[in-house]
Amino acid sequence: MAKKKKKREVDDRFKKFGTVSFTSISKVNDFISHLEQGKVMGTKCKKCGTVHFPPVADCAECLSSDIEWFEVTGTGKLVSFSKLTYAPVGFEEDLPYSIALLDYGDHKVFGRIAKDIPDDELAIGMPMKTEAITLPNGQLSYAFTRA
Amino acid sequence: MGKVGIIGVGQSAFVRGYPGSIRELAYEGFKGAMEDAKISNKDIDASIICSAPEYDKQRSPAGVIAEYLGLTPQPTFYLESLCSSSSMGVRTAYSLVKSGLHDVVCVLGFQKMSEITSAESQERMGRGADIQWESPFGTMMPAYYAMYARAHMEEYGTTEEDLALIRIKAATYGQMNEKAVYRKPVTMEQIFDPERPPVATPLKVFDCCANADGSSCIIVANEEKANALCDKPVWILGLGAASDTVNTAGRDLFTGLSVAIEAGKQAYEMAGVRPEDIDVAEVHDCFTIAEMMAYENLGFAEPGEGKELIKAKETYKEGKTPVNVDGGLLSKGHPIGATGGSQIRTIVLQLRDEAGPMQVKDPEIGLVHNIGGVGLYGNVTILGRS
Repeated sequence: MAKKKKKREVDDRFKKFGTVSFTSISKVNDFISHLEQGKVMGTKCKKCGTVHFPPVADCAECLSSDIEWFEVTGTGKLVSFSKLTYAPVGFEEDLPYSIALLDYGDHKVFGRIAKDIPDDELAIGMPMKTEAITLPNGQLSYAFTRA
Repeated sequence: MGKVGIIGVGQSAFVRGYPGSIRELAYEGFKGAMEDAKISNKDIDASIICSAPEYDKQRSPAGVIAEYLGLTPQPTFYLESLCSSSSMGVRTAYSLVKSGLHDVVCVLGFQKMSEITSAESQERMGRGADIQWESPFGTMMPAYYAMYARAHMEEYGTTEEDLALIRIKAATYGQMNEKAVYRKPVTMEQIFDPERPPVATPLKVFDCCANADGSSCIIVANEEKANALCDKPVWILGLGAASDTVNTAGRDLFTGLSVAIEAGKQAYEMAGVRPEDIDVAEVHDCFTIAEMMAYENLGFAEPGEGKELIKAKETYKEGKTPVNVDGGLLSKGHPIGATGGSQIRTIVLQLRDEAGPMQVKDPEIGLVHNIGGVGLYGNVTILGRS
């Protein structure tokens, strides 16, 4: 009997990111494993020290791919936000939801505001935290919560 | 080095549900430009076909469109920069002509958006954002622009009523434009109708432009050909183009678009003119806030003062700087790849005194501001009579 050809293992962890992921394979797939452990992490170039969020595998400034991970901790300031009442295909079940941007000083984080925070509590400039979450469909993400 | 001119412009009517295929849609804009320039397809040395991919099943649309328009065996290629594709096409045509490689270049922009549902369209538009890091949150264009609107309101005290004034202006002129998809007036009551929930706070339905099917065509020629073929060539005086990060996390400015500021600066410098020299402008009003930011980013108003411009009706036809007096994207509709060419067509007609009921008085210099994505790509084009 011919030997069954061994299937090449594919690291497609990134397909677990967000309500619907449009990417499955990335060199920063470890981001997903960090999320699973409850950590939202960005990258820092070991050579030039440039900080990146979202994470990158390569530093275009110094052409180094020697990166290290750092955890997004503390609070960021709410830069802006918008509540959607109409969603792209695949996101209808999530409605209504608010997208937003937090400014951490040396990096910014784009994401969603936690569902339990009412609109009238939100104000540009307010401090918020970024927390890893598991979505109802089992996917992994993060949300902005009260500081 | 000689000047580069525009010798012919055309566009289809912008409609919902165009009853034909993409090549037939492209033909409509092309026919208009050929008749306007009084030339034939034999006079064209190369074509640039512009649209945003994913709305059509056809891969590499340049081939089928060039074939249908009789533009073979001349070179043809496809160019995309989302909503600014055909402005980028005109920029590219300029360089092909200026370099001496070609004498006459056809820039054909098109988009048939109606073959997919509005929700699917929003999903595709959302994927004009960062699909790895932002689209998984359920993003779409109105929500991104809404974030800019909220930041602008917070910083400068701009109100939803101020934005509504821009929609009312667009509708005023959309009614006069036989090519526009939306030809009805819009009132403050309609805009604030509580029965219509916001699409993405603080943007409401009437703050957003409509999807449409359409095509546009611009014929670019060198000085010698332009003077030989055309009675009233309009000259390309200035070109500016810039890009920004796709991911909003990479940006610093949320009360304006840095690509518009940068592209505007380049175009003004190349043309040797200032914002106050612009007699008529077309700006990329995919959302009302986009026009408000354009006033400020292009120097028609100081940052935060855009609202005063619209309140005083200074961007109406009789005002200091008439803006989007053809109805803009808000009333004309926004068939992605055709939009830039349609904006350029409007300014060319204005500079030739052929804009009919929308004509402003004796304009010498006009400007086109065309943005791709949410401030991802920016093109500013300055045109003049001489």
